[in-house]
Amino acid sequence: MIKISNLSYAYTKNTPIFSEINLEFDRRSTAIIGQNGAGKTTLAKLLKGLLKPFDGEIMIGQYNVKTVSAAELSKVIGLVFQNPNDQIFKSKVLDEVMFGPLAIKMSESAAKKNALEALELVGLHEQLETNPHDLSLSEKKLLCVAAVVAMDPEIIVFDEPTIGQDYAGKEKIRNIIQVLKKRNKLVMTIIHDMDFVAENFERTIVINEGIVILDGDTRKVFAEREILKHAHVEDPSITQLGKVLGFQETFLTVEEFVQRWKQSQR
Amino acid sequence: MKKIIVENLKYKYPLTESLALDNLSFEVEQGEFIGIIGANASGKSTLCQSIVGLVPHFYKGAYGGTVIVDGLKVMDHAVSDIALKVGIVFQNPFNQVTGSKLTVLEEIAFGLENIGVPQTEMLERIETVLELLNIAPYRERHPFDLSGGQMQRMAIASIIAMKPNIIVLDEPTSQLDPEGAEEVFQAIHRLSEQGITVIMVEHKMEKIAHYCNRVMLLQKGKMIDFDTPEKIFSRDDLETYGVTAPVYTRVCKALDLKIPGTDYYPVTLEQASRVLGGKIK
Repeated sequence: MIKISNLSYAYTKNTPIFSEINLEFDRRSTAIIGQNGAGKTTLAKLLKGLLKPFDGEIMIGQYNVKTVSAAELSKVIGLVFQNPNDQIFKSKVLDEVMFGPLAIKMSESAAKKNALEALELVGLHEQLETNPHDLSLSEKKLLCVAAVVAMDPEIIVFDEPTIGQDYAGKEKIRNIIQVLKKRNKLVMTIIHDMDFVAENFERTIVINEGIVILDGDTRKVFAEREILKHAHVEDPSITQLGKVLGFQETFLTVEEFVQRWKQSQR
Repeated sequence: MKKIIVENLKYKYPLTESLALDNLSFEVEQGEFIGIIGANASGKSTLCQSIVGLVPHFYKGAYGGTVIVDGLKVMDHAVSDIALKVGIVFQNPFNQVTGSKLTVLEEIAFGLENIGVPQTEMLERIETVLELLNIAPYRERHPFDLSGGQMQRMAIASIIAMKPNIIVLDEPTSQLDPEGAEEVFQAIHRLSEQGITVIMVEHKMEKIAHYCNRVMLLQKGKMIDFDTPEKIFSRDDLETYGVTAPVYTRVCKALDLKIPGTDYYPVTLEQASRVLGGKIK
Protein backbone atom coordinates (compact mmCIF):
# COMPACT_ATOMS: atom_id res chain seq x y z
CA MET A 1 0.00 0.00 0.00
CA ILE A 2 2.97 2.26 0.64
CA LYS A 3 6.30 2.05 -1.09
CA ILE A 4 9.22 4.20 0.03
CA SER A 5 12.26 4.16 -2.25
CA ASN A 6 15.62 5.73 -1.50
CA LEU A 7 14.04 8.36 0.73
CA SER A 8 16.29 11.12 2.04
CA TYR A 9 15.30 14.06 4.16
CA ALA A 10 16.93 16.77 6.29
CA TYR A 11 15.64 19.79 8.19
CA THR A 12 18.99 21.55 7.98
CA LYS A 13 21.72 21.02 5.41
CA ASN A 14 24.42 18.48 6.25
CA THR A 15 22.44 16.85 9.08
CA PRO A 16 20.27 14.30 7.30
CA ILE A 17 17.40 12.74 9.24
CA PHE A 18 17.07 9.94 6.69
CA SER A 19 19.30 8.79 3.93
CA GLU A 20 18.14 6.27 1.39
CA ILE A 21 15.37 4.57 3.31
CA ASN A 22 13.51 1.75 1.57
CA LEU A 23 10.32 0.37 3.09
CA GLU A 24 7.10 -1.23 1.98
CA PHE A 25 3.89 -1.45 3.95
CA ASP A 26 1.14 -4.02 3.54
CA ARG A 27 -2.00 -4.27 5.69
CA ARG A 28 -0.28 -5.71 8.75
CA SER A 29 -0.67 -3.40 11.73
CA THR A 30 2.74 -1.83 12.18
CA ALA A 31 4.56 -0.15 15.05
CA ILE A 32 7.48 2.16 14.38
CA ILE A 33 9.77 2.41 17.37
CA GLY A 34 13.08 4.07 18.18
CA GLN A 35 14.63 6.73 20.38
CA ASN A 36 13.33 10.28 20.71
CA GLY A 37 14.77 12.17 17.76
CA ALA A 38 15.26 9.01 15.67
CA GLY A 39 13.05 10.48 12.93
CA LYS A 40 9.76 8.69 13.62
CA THR A 41 7.48 11.73 13.55
CA THR A 42 9.37 13.08 10.52
CA LEU A 43 8.63 9.84 8.70
CA ALA A 44 4.93 10.16 9.55
CA LYS A 45 4.86 13.73 8.26
CA LEU A 46 6.59 12.65 5.04
CA LEU A 47 4.03 9.89 4.50
CA LYS A 48 1.24 12.36 5.07
CA GLY A 49 2.76 14.79 2.59
CA LEU A 50 3.27 17.52 5.20
CA LEU A 51 6.98 17.39 4.40
CA LYS A 52 8.34 16.67 0.96
CA PRO A 53 11.24 14.28 0.40
CA PHE A 54 14.58 15.77 -0.71
CA ASP A 55 15.38 12.67 -2.66
CA GLY A 56 13.70 9.42 -3.45
CA GLU A 57 10.02 8.63 -3.72
CA ILE A 58 7.04 7.78 -1.57
CA MET A 59 4.13 6.10 -3.34
CA ILE A 60 0.87 5.76 -1.43
CA GLY A 61 -1.32 3.53 -3.53
CA GLN A 62 -1.31 5.34 -6.86
CA TYR A 63 -0.29 8.69 -5.42
CA ASN A 64 3.23 10.05 -5.56
CA VAL A 65 3.53 12.10 -2.36
CA LYS A 66 5.91 14.55 -4.01
CA THR A 67 3.49 15.63 -6.72
CA VAL A 68 0.07 15.28 -5.14
CA SER A 69 -1.27 17.89 -2.67
CA ALA A 70 -1.60 17.11 1.05
CA ALA A 71 -5.33 17.77 0.68
CA GLU A 72 -5.64 15.10 -2.01
CA LEU A 73 -3.58 12.67 0.05
CA SER A 74 -5.79 13.06 3.10
CA LYS A 75 -8.44 10.93 1.39
CA VAL A 76 -6.11 7.93 1.66
CA ILE A 77 -3.94 8.61 4.68
CA GLY A 78 -4.81 10.16 8.03
CA LEU A 79 -2.43 11.20 10.78
CA VAL A 80 -3.37 11.58 14.44
CA PHE A 81 -0.92 14.10 15.86
CA GLN A 82 1.16 13.54 18.97
CA ASN A 83 -0.04 16.79 20.52
CA PRO A 84 -3.84 17.11 20.15
CA ASN A 85 -3.64 20.88 20.55
CA ASP A 86 -1.91 21.00 17.15
CA GLN A 87 -4.98 19.46 15.58
CA ILE A 88 -8.02 20.88 17.36
CA PHE A 89 -9.52 24.21 16.32
CA LYS A 90 -13.32 24.02 16.28
CA SER A 91 -15.60 25.04 19.15
CA LYS A 92 -17.74 21.91 19.26
CA VAL A 93 -16.77 18.25 19.36
CA LEU A 94 -19.12 17.31 16.51
CA ASP A 95 -17.89 20.17 14.27
CA GLU A 96 -14.30 19.17 14.92
CA VAL A 97 -14.95 15.63 13.72
CA MET A 98 -17.09 16.72 10.76
CA PHE A 99 -14.49 19.19 9.53
CA GLY A 100 -12.24 16.59 7.88
CA PRO A 101 -14.95 14.69 6.03
CA LEU A 102 -16.45 17.97 4.73
CA ALA A 103 -13.02 19.20 3.67
CA ILE A 104 -12.56 16.17 1.45
CA LYS A 105 -15.97 16.93 -0.10
CA MET A 106 -18.04 14.30 1.64
CA SER A 107 -21.75 15.22 1.67
CA GLU A 108 -23.10 16.84 4.84
CA SER A 109 -25.15 13.75 5.71
CA ALA A 110 -22.31 11.30 5.08
CA ALA A 111 -19.93 13.50 7.06
CA LYS A 112 -22.33 13.58 9.99
CA LYS A 113 -22.93 9.84 9.86
CA ASN A 114 -19.18 9.12 9.80
CA ALA A 115 -18.53 11.63 12.57
CA LEU A 116 -21.17 10.16 14.87
CA GLU A 117 -19.89 6.63 14.26
CA ALA A 118 -16.32 7.67 14.93
CA LEU A 119 -17.31 9.50 18.12
CA GLU A 120 -19.18 6.45 19.32
CA LEU A 121 -16.08 4.33 18.64
CA VAL A 122 -13.92 6.56 20.86
CA GLY A 123 -16.64 7.04 23.49
CA LEU A 124 -17.26 10.77 23.03
CA HIS A 125 -20.72 10.45 21.48
CA GLU A 126 -22.41 12.00 24.51
CA GLN A 127 -20.35 15.18 24.31
CA LEU A 128 -21.20 16.40 20.81
CA GLU A 129 -21.78 19.99 21.92
CA THR A 130 -18.78 20.21 24.27
CA ASN A 131 -15.97 22.62 23.44
CA PRO A 132 -12.94 20.45 22.61
CA HIS A 133 -10.73 22.69 24.73
CA ASP A 134 -12.78 21.75 27.80
CA LEU A 135 -11.86 18.09 27.33
CA SER A 136 -9.00 16.47 29.23
CA LEU A 137 -5.76 15.70 27.40
CA SER A 138 -6.69 12.04 27.01
CA GLU A 139 -10.16 12.91 25.69
CA LYS A 140 -8.63 15.39 23.26
CA LYS A 141 -6.43 12.62 21.91
CA LEU A 142 -9.48 10.41 21.43
CA LEU A 143 -11.26 13.30 19.70
CA CYS A 144 -8.35 13.60 17.27
CA VAL A 145 -8.57 9.87 16.60
CA ALA A 146 -12.27 10.25 15.81
CA ALA A 147 -11.59 13.22 13.51
CA VAL A 148 -9.26 11.08 11.41
CA VAL A 149 -11.36 7.90 11.51
CA ALA A 150 -14.39 9.90 10.27
CA MET A 151 -12.53 10.69 7.04
CA ASP A 152 -12.36 6.95 6.44
CA PRO A 153 -8.84 6.85 4.95
CA GLU A 154 -7.25 3.54 3.98
CA ILE A 155 -4.21 4.25 6.12
CA ILE A 156 -4.25 5.68 9.63
CA VAL A 157 -1.07 6.72 11.42
CA PHE A 158 -1.18 7.27 15.19
CA ASP A 159 1.62 9.35 16.65
CA GLU A 160 1.97 8.22 20.29
CA PRO A 161 -1.68 7.24 20.88
CA THR A 162 -1.22 5.94 24.44
CA ILE A 163 0.34 9.08 25.93
CA GLY A 164 -1.71 10.32 28.87
CA GLN A 165 -4.12 7.39 28.64
CA ASP A 166 -5.06 5.44 31.73
CA TYR A 167 -5.95 1.75 31.71
CA ALA A 168 -9.44 2.39 30.34
CA GLY A 169 -8.11 4.77 27.68
CA LYS A 170 -5.54 2.24 26.52
CA GLU A 171 -8.24 -0.42 26.31
CA LYS A 172 -10.26 1.99 24.15
CA ILE A 173 -7.31 2.52 21.81
CA ARG A 174 -6.70 -1.22 21.67
CA ASN A 175 -10.33 -1.67 20.63
CA ILE A 176 -10.15 1.14 18.03
CA ILE A 177 -7.13 -0.53 16.45
CA GLN A 178 -8.96 -3.87 16.32
CA VAL A 179 -12.03 -2.27 14.71
CA LEU A 180 -9.90 -0.53 12.09
CA LYS A 181 -8.07 -3.77 11.36
CA LYS A 182 -11.41 -5.50 10.82
CA ARG A 183 -12.29 -2.73 8.36
CA ASN A 184 -9.14 -3.78 6.51
CA LYS A 185 -7.29 -0.52 7.17
CA LEU A 186 -3.53 -0.24 7.48
CA VAL A 187 -2.96 0.90 11.06
CA MET A 188 0.46 2.31 11.83
CA THR A 189 1.75 3.83 15.02
CA ILE A 190 4.75 5.63 16.35
CA ILE A 191 5.07 4.62 19.96
CA HIS A 192 7.31 4.24 22.99
CA ASP A 193 5.06 1.92 24.96
CA MET A 194 6.69 -1.44 24.21
CA ASP A 195 4.18 -3.45 26.24
CA PHE A 196 1.42 -2.01 24.07
CA VAL A 197 3.37 -2.81 20.88
CA ALA A 198 3.93 -6.40 21.97
CA GLU A 199 0.24 -6.97 22.62
CA ASN A 200 -1.23 -5.15 19.63
CA PHE A 201 0.96 -4.92 16.54
CA GLU A 202 1.86 -7.61 14.02
CA ARG A 203 4.88 -5.91 12.53
CA THR A 204 7.53 -3.76 14.21
CA ILE A 205 10.08 -1.47 12.57
CA VAL A 206 13.00 -0.12 14.57
CA ILE A 207 14.55 3.16 13.41
CA ASN A 208 17.87 4.34 14.74
CA GLU A 209 19.62 7.48 13.55
CA GLY A 210 17.58 7.58 10.37
CA ILE A 211 18.22 3.96 9.44
CA VAL A 212 15.86 0.99 9.62
CA ILE A 213 17.81 -1.47 11.75
CA LEU A 214 15.12 -4.08 12.36
CA ASP A 215 11.90 -4.89 10.53
CA GLY A 216 9.66 -7.90 10.80
CA ASP A 217 7.15 -9.81 12.91
CA THR A 218 6.97 -8.21 16.34
CA ARG A 219 8.06 -11.40 18.09
CA LYS A 220 11.15 -11.73 15.92
CA VAL A 221 12.07 -8.09 16.41
CA PHE A 222 11.86 -8.28 20.20
CA ALA A 223 14.02 -11.41 20.15
CA GLU A 224 16.94 -9.31 18.85
CA ARG A 225 18.00 -8.03 22.22
CA GLU A 226 21.49 -6.88 21.32
CA ILE A 227 20.42 -4.87 18.29
CA LEU A 228 17.58 -3.30 20.29
CA LYS A 229 19.98 -2.34 23.02
CA HIS A 230 22.21 -0.68 20.46
CA ALA A 231 19.21 1.33 19.26
CA HIS A 232 18.43 2.26 22.88
CA VAL A 233 15.13 0.40 22.70
CA GLU A 234 13.94 -1.53 25.73
CA ASP A 235 12.12 -4.80 25.17
CA PRO A 236 8.61 -5.25 26.65
CA SER A 237 8.38 -6.03 30.39
CA ILE A 238 7.09 -9.55 29.82
CA THR A 239 9.86 -10.24 27.29
CA GLN A 240 12.41 -9.10 29.87
CA LEU A 241 10.95 -11.39 32.51
CA GLY A 242 11.17 -14.39 30.16
CA LYS A 243 14.79 -13.60 29.31
CA VAL A 244 15.82 -13.11 32.96
CA LEU A 245 14.34 -16.50 33.81
CA GLY A 246 16.22 -18.16 30.98
CA PHE A 247 13.37 -19.04 28.63
CA GLN A 248 14.38 -19.39 24.98
CA GLU A 249 11.07 -18.04 23.63
CA THR A 250 10.21 -14.37 23.23
CA PHE A 251 7.03 -13.65 25.16
CA LEU A 252 4.68 -10.88 24.07
CA THR A 253 1.78 -11.22 26.52
CA VAL A 254 1.23 -12.10 30.17
CA GLU A 255 -1.07 -14.96 29.14
CA GLU A 256 1.60 -16.57 26.94
CA PHE A 257 4.12 -16.40 29.74
CA VAL A 258 1.78 -17.79 32.38
CA GLN A 259 0.86 -20.73 30.16
CA ARG A 260 4.48 -21.52 29.34
CA TRP A 261 5.57 -21.22 32.97
CA LYS A 262 2.85 -23.62 34.06
CA GLN A 263 4.08 -26.10 31.43
CA SER A 264 7.61 -25.79 32.74
CA GLN A 265 6.40 -26.79 36.19
CA ARG A 266 4.82 -30.06 35.12
CA MET B 1 10.34 16.02 59.06
CA LYS B 2 6.95 16.35 57.47
CA LYS B 3 7.15 18.24 54.19
CA ILE B 4 3.53 18.07 53.12
CA ILE B 5 0.55 17.97 55.47
CA VAL B 6 -2.91 17.78 53.94
CA GLU B 7 -5.98 17.82 56.17
CA ASN B 8 -9.55 17.37 54.98
CA LEU B 9 -8.80 18.97 51.64
CA LYS B 10 -11.90 19.55 49.56
CA TYR B 11 -11.95 21.40 46.29
CA LYS B 12 -14.44 22.18 43.54
CA TYR B 13 -13.57 23.95 40.26
CA PRO B 14 -15.71 26.99 39.40
CA LEU B 15 -18.93 26.16 37.51
CA THR B 16 -18.74 22.45 38.32
CA GLU B 17 -21.06 20.33 40.42
CA SER B 18 -18.86 17.67 41.96
CA LEU B 19 -15.78 17.80 44.16
CA ALA B 20 -12.50 17.36 42.29
CA LEU B 21 -10.80 16.58 45.60
CA ASP B 22 -12.96 15.01 48.25
CA ASN B 23 -11.75 15.13 51.83
CA LEU B 24 -8.11 14.15 51.39
CA SER B 25 -5.85 13.80 54.42
CA PHE B 26 -2.26 12.59 54.30
CA GLU B 27 1.31 13.45 55.25
CA VAL B 28 4.56 13.11 53.35
CA GLU B 29 7.99 12.92 55.00
CA GLN B 30 11.06 14.69 53.66
CA GLY B 31 12.82 12.70 50.93
CA GLU B 32 9.89 10.41 50.20
CA PHE B 33 9.15 9.54 46.58
CA ILE B 34 5.36 9.35 46.26
CA GLY B 35 3.55 7.99 43.21
CA ILE B 36 -0.03 9.06 42.49
CA ILE B 37 -2.13 6.71 40.38
CA GLY B 38 -5.77 6.53 39.33
CA ALA B 39 -8.00 6.76 36.28
CA ASN B 40 -8.12 9.94 34.25
CA ALA B 41 -10.23 12.58 36.01
CA SER B 42 -9.60 10.96 39.41
CA GLY B 43 -8.03 14.17 40.72
CA LYS B 44 -4.33 13.43 40.22
CA SER B 45 -3.47 16.65 38.39
CA THR B 46 -5.74 18.71 40.65
CA LEU B 47 -3.93 17.34 43.69
CA CYS B 48 -0.62 18.38 42.11
CA GLN B 49 -1.98 21.88 41.51
CA SER B 50 -3.18 22.11 45.12
CA ILE B 51 0.32 21.39 46.44
CA VAL B 52 1.85 24.27 44.46
CA GLY B 53 -1.06 26.60 45.23
CA LEU B 54 -2.46 26.97 41.69
CA VAL B 55 -5.49 25.44 43.38
CA PRO B 56 -7.10 27.61 44.66
CA HIS B 57 -5.16 30.81 43.86
CA PHE B 58 -5.15 30.52 40.06
CA TYR B 59 -8.17 28.31 39.38
CA LYS B 60 -10.39 29.85 42.14
CA GLY B 61 -13.40 27.68 43.00
CA ALA B 62 -14.53 26.36 46.41
CA TYR B 63 -11.82 25.24 48.82
CA GLY B 64 -11.87 23.67 52.26
CA GLY B 65 -9.34 22.11 54.62
CA THR B 66 -5.65 22.88 54.84
CA VAL B 67 -2.54 22.15 52.82
CA ILE B 68 0.80 22.93 54.47
CA VAL B 69 3.83 22.71 52.20
CA ASP B 70 7.26 23.02 53.77
CA GLY B 71 5.77 25.04 56.62
CA LEU B 72 3.69 27.34 54.41
CA LYS B 73 -0.09 27.23 54.56
CA VAL B 74 -1.00 27.27 50.88
CA MET B 75 -4.25 29.22 51.40
CA ASP B 76 -2.43 32.11 53.07
CA HIS B 77 0.51 32.44 50.68
CA ALA B 78 0.86 33.61 47.11
CA VAL B 79 1.85 31.13 44.40
CA SER B 80 5.10 33.09 43.94
CA ASP B 81 6.08 32.42 47.60
CA ILE B 82 5.16 28.76 47.38
CA ALA B 83 7.11 28.47 44.11
CA LEU B 84 10.34 29.07 46.04
CA LYS B 85 9.70 25.85 47.98
CA VAL B 86 8.03 23.62 45.46
CA GLY B 87 8.36 23.26 41.71
CA ILE B 88 5.89 21.67 39.31
CA VAL B 89 6.42 20.02 35.94
CA PHE B 90 3.19 20.11 33.93
CA GLN B 91 1.64 17.18 32.16
CA ASN B 92 1.99 18.75 28.73
CA PRO B 93 5.45 20.26 28.18
CA PHE B 94 4.03 22.45 25.41
CA ASN B 95 2.08 24.30 28.12
CA GLN B 96 5.16 24.94 30.19
CA VAL B 97 7.39 26.58 27.60
CA THR B 98 7.38 30.36 28.08
CA GLY B 99 7.29 31.13 24.35
CA SER B 100 9.36 34.23 25.02
CA LYS B 101 12.81 32.67 24.87
CA LEU B 102 14.80 31.76 21.78
CA THR B 103 17.09 29.04 23.12
CA VAL B 104 16.90 26.12 25.52
CA LEU B 105 19.54 27.75 27.71
CA GLU B 106 17.54 30.97 28.04
CA GLU B 107 14.36 29.00 28.64
CA ILE B 108 15.93 27.25 31.62
CA ALA B 109 17.31 30.59 32.83
CA PHE B 110 13.82 32.13 32.88
CA GLY B 111 12.78 30.84 36.31
CA LEU B 112 16.20 31.58 37.77
CA GLU B 113 16.09 35.17 36.49
CA ASN B 114 12.71 35.61 38.14
CA ILE B 115 14.02 34.61 41.55
CA GLY B 116 17.17 36.70 41.11
CA VAL B 117 19.89 34.06 41.01
CA PRO B 118 23.31 35.67 40.27
CA GLN B 119 24.50 35.06 36.71
CA THR B 120 27.54 32.92 37.48
CA GLU B 121 25.49 30.62 39.69
CA MET B 122 22.73 30.61 37.11
CA LEU B 123 25.09 29.35 34.42
CA GLU B 124 26.48 26.68 36.74
CA ARG B 125 23.02 25.44 37.63
CA ILE B 126 21.94 25.42 33.97
CA GLU B 127 24.98 23.37 32.94
CA THR B 128 24.27 20.87 35.73
CA VAL B 129 20.65 20.32 34.71
CA LEU B 130 21.47 20.21 30.99
CA GLU B 131 23.83 17.33 31.77
CA LEU B 132 21.46 15.70 34.26
CA LEU B 133 18.62 15.58 31.74
CA ASN B 134 20.89 14.81 28.82
CA ILE B 135 19.95 17.83 26.70
CA ALA B 136 23.30 19.67 26.66
CA PRO B 137 23.67 19.28 22.85
CA TYR B 138 20.45 21.25 22.33
CA ARG B 139 21.31 24.26 24.49
CA GLU B 140 21.24 26.66 21.52
CA ARG B 141 18.16 25.12 19.90
CA HIS B 142 14.85 27.03 19.79
CA PRO B 143 12.52 25.52 22.44
CA PHE B 144 9.79 24.84 19.88
CA ASP B 145 12.21 23.09 17.53
CA LEU B 146 12.69 20.29 20.05
CA SER B 147 11.02 16.91 19.79
CA GLY B 148 8.31 16.08 22.34
CA GLY B 149 10.78 14.14 24.46
CA GLN B 150 13.47 16.81 24.36
CA MET B 151 10.92 19.47 25.29
CA GLN B 152 9.76 17.41 28.23
CA ARG B 153 13.33 17.04 29.50
CA MET B 154 13.83 20.79 29.12
CA ALA B 155 10.69 21.41 31.20
CA ILE B 156 11.99 19.11 33.95
CA ALA B 157 15.46 20.72 33.78
CA SER B 158 14.01 24.21 34.18
CA ILE B 159 12.28 23.17 37.40
CA ILE B 160 15.20 21.22 38.88
CA ALA B 161 17.45 24.25 38.24
CA MET B 162 15.29 26.21 40.70
CA LYS B 163 16.40 23.78 43.45
CA PRO B 164 13.00 23.37 45.08
CA ASN B 165 12.70 21.36 48.32
CA ILE B 166 9.70 19.60 46.88
CA ILE B 167 9.15 18.69 43.27
CA VAL B 168 5.78 17.78 41.80
CA LEU B 169 5.74 16.03 38.42
CA ASP B 170 2.58 15.37 36.43
CA GLU B 171 3.31 12.52 33.99
CA PRO B 172 6.82 13.80 33.34
CA THR B 173 7.93 10.98 31.04
CA SER B 174 4.84 10.58 28.84
CA GLN B 175 6.63 11.74 25.68
CA LEU B 176 9.93 10.03 26.39
CA ASP B 177 11.33 6.86 24.92
CA PRO B 178 11.91 4.05 27.44
CA GLU B 179 15.58 4.88 27.87
CA GLY B 180 14.83 8.59 28.30
CA ALA B 181 12.08 7.77 30.82
CA GLU B 182 14.46 5.57 32.79
CA GLU B 183 17.05 8.38 32.81
CA VAL B 184 14.48 10.82 34.16
CA PHE B 185 13.37 8.38 36.85
CA GLN B 186 16.98 7.84 37.88
CA ALA B 187 17.64 11.58 37.97
CA ILE B 188 14.54 12.15 40.12
CA HIS B 189 15.49 9.19 42.31
CA ARG B 190 18.90 10.75 42.94
CA LEU B 191 17.20 14.01 43.93
CA SER B 192 14.98 12.17 46.37
CA GLU B 193 18.02 10.45 47.87
CA GLN B 194 19.49 13.90 48.42
CA GLY B 195 16.45 14.72 50.56
CA ILE B 196 14.18 16.33 48.00
CA THR B 197 10.57 15.27 48.38
CA VAL B 198 9.00 14.01 45.17
CA ILE B 199 5.33 13.72 44.20
CA MET B 200 4.79 12.11 40.82
CA VAL B 201 1.72 11.29 38.78
CA GLU B 202 2.49 8.47 36.36
CA HIS B 203 0.73 5.80 34.33
CA LYS B 204 3.82 3.60 33.95
CA MET B 205 3.13 1.23 36.79
CA GLU B 206 6.39 -0.73 36.39
CA LYS B 207 8.31 2.49 37.07
CA ILE B 208 6.08 3.55 39.98
CA ALA B 209 6.58 0.12 41.55
CA HIS B 210 10.32 0.30 41.13
CA TYR B 211 11.02 3.82 42.35
CA CYS B 212 8.29 4.96 44.75
CA ASN B 213 8.33 4.54 48.52
CA ARG B 214 4.57 4.86 48.70
CA VAL B 215 1.73 4.95 46.19
CA MET B 216 -1.53 6.88 46.47
CA LEU B 217 -4.57 5.49 44.67
CA LEU B 218 -7.26 8.05 43.83
CA GLN B 219 -10.77 7.69 42.47
CA LYS B 220 -13.13 10.59 41.80
CA GLY B 221 -11.20 12.85 44.13
CA LYS B 222 -11.19 10.38 47.02
CA MET B 223 -8.18 8.61 48.43
CA ILE B 224 -8.77 4.88 48.14
CA ASP B 225 -5.43 3.78 49.53
CA PHE B 226 -1.96 5.12 50.33
CA ASP B 227 0.65 2.49 51.04
CA THR B 228 3.69 0.59 49.75
CA PRO B 229 3.73 -0.41 46.05
CA GLU B 230 3.54 -4.09 47.05
CA LYS B 231 0.39 -3.55 49.07
CA ILE B 232 -1.31 -1.26 46.55
CA PHE B 233 -0.60 -3.43 43.51
CA SER B 234 -1.63 -6.61 45.33
CA ARG B 235 -5.20 -5.29 45.62
CA ASP B 236 -7.54 -7.40 43.56
CA ASP B 237 -9.90 -4.50 42.75
CA LEU B 238 -7.37 -2.29 40.94
CA GLU B 239 -9.13 -2.39 37.57
CA THR B 240 -12.32 -1.00 39.08
CA TYR B 241 -10.25 2.10 39.83
CA GLY B 242 -9.06 2.33 36.22
CA VAL B 243 -5.50 1.17 36.83
CA THR B 244 -3.67 -2.05 36.25
CA ALA B 245 -0.82 -3.63 38.20
CA PRO B 246 2.71 -3.89 36.77
CA VAL B 247 3.22 -6.74 34.29
CA TYR B 248 5.33 -8.60 36.89
CA THR B 249 2.52 -8.43 39.45
CA ARG B 250 -0.04 -9.61 36.91
CA VAL B 251 2.08 -12.66 36.11
CA CYS B 252 2.55 -13.56 39.78
CA LYS B 253 -1.14 -13.02 40.53
CA ALA B 254 -2.07 -15.38 37.70
CA LEU B 255 0.31 -17.97 39.16
CA ASP B 256 -0.63 -17.13 42.77
CA LEU B 257 2.97 -16.60 43.85
CA LYS B 258 3.50 -14.11 46.68
CA ILE B 259 6.69 -12.64 48.09
CA PRO B 260 7.77 -15.23 50.69
CA GLY B 261 6.67 -14.34 54.20
CA THR B 262 4.20 -11.67 53.05
CA ASP B 263 0.67 -11.39 51.74
CA TYR B 264 1.81 -9.39 48.75
CA TYR B 265 2.75 -10.12 45.16
CA PRO B 266 6.04 -9.04 43.55
CA VAL B 267 5.89 -5.64 41.82
CA THR B 268 9.32 -5.37 40.16
CA LEU B 269 11.31 -7.47 37.68
CA GLU B 270 13.79 -8.35 40.44
CA GLN B 271 11.12 -9.45 42.91
CA ALA B 272 9.26 -11.45 40.27
CA SER B 273 12.35 -13.23 38.98
CA ARG B 274 13.32 -14.12 42.56
CA VAL B 275 9.90 -15.63 43.20
CA LEU B 276 9.77 -17.41 39.83
CA GLY B 277 13.47 -18.22 39.60
CA GLY B 278 14.89 -21.59 40.48
CA LYS B 279 11.53 -23.14 39.76
CA ILE B 280 12.14 -23.63 36.06
CA LYS B 281 12.79 -27.19 35.11
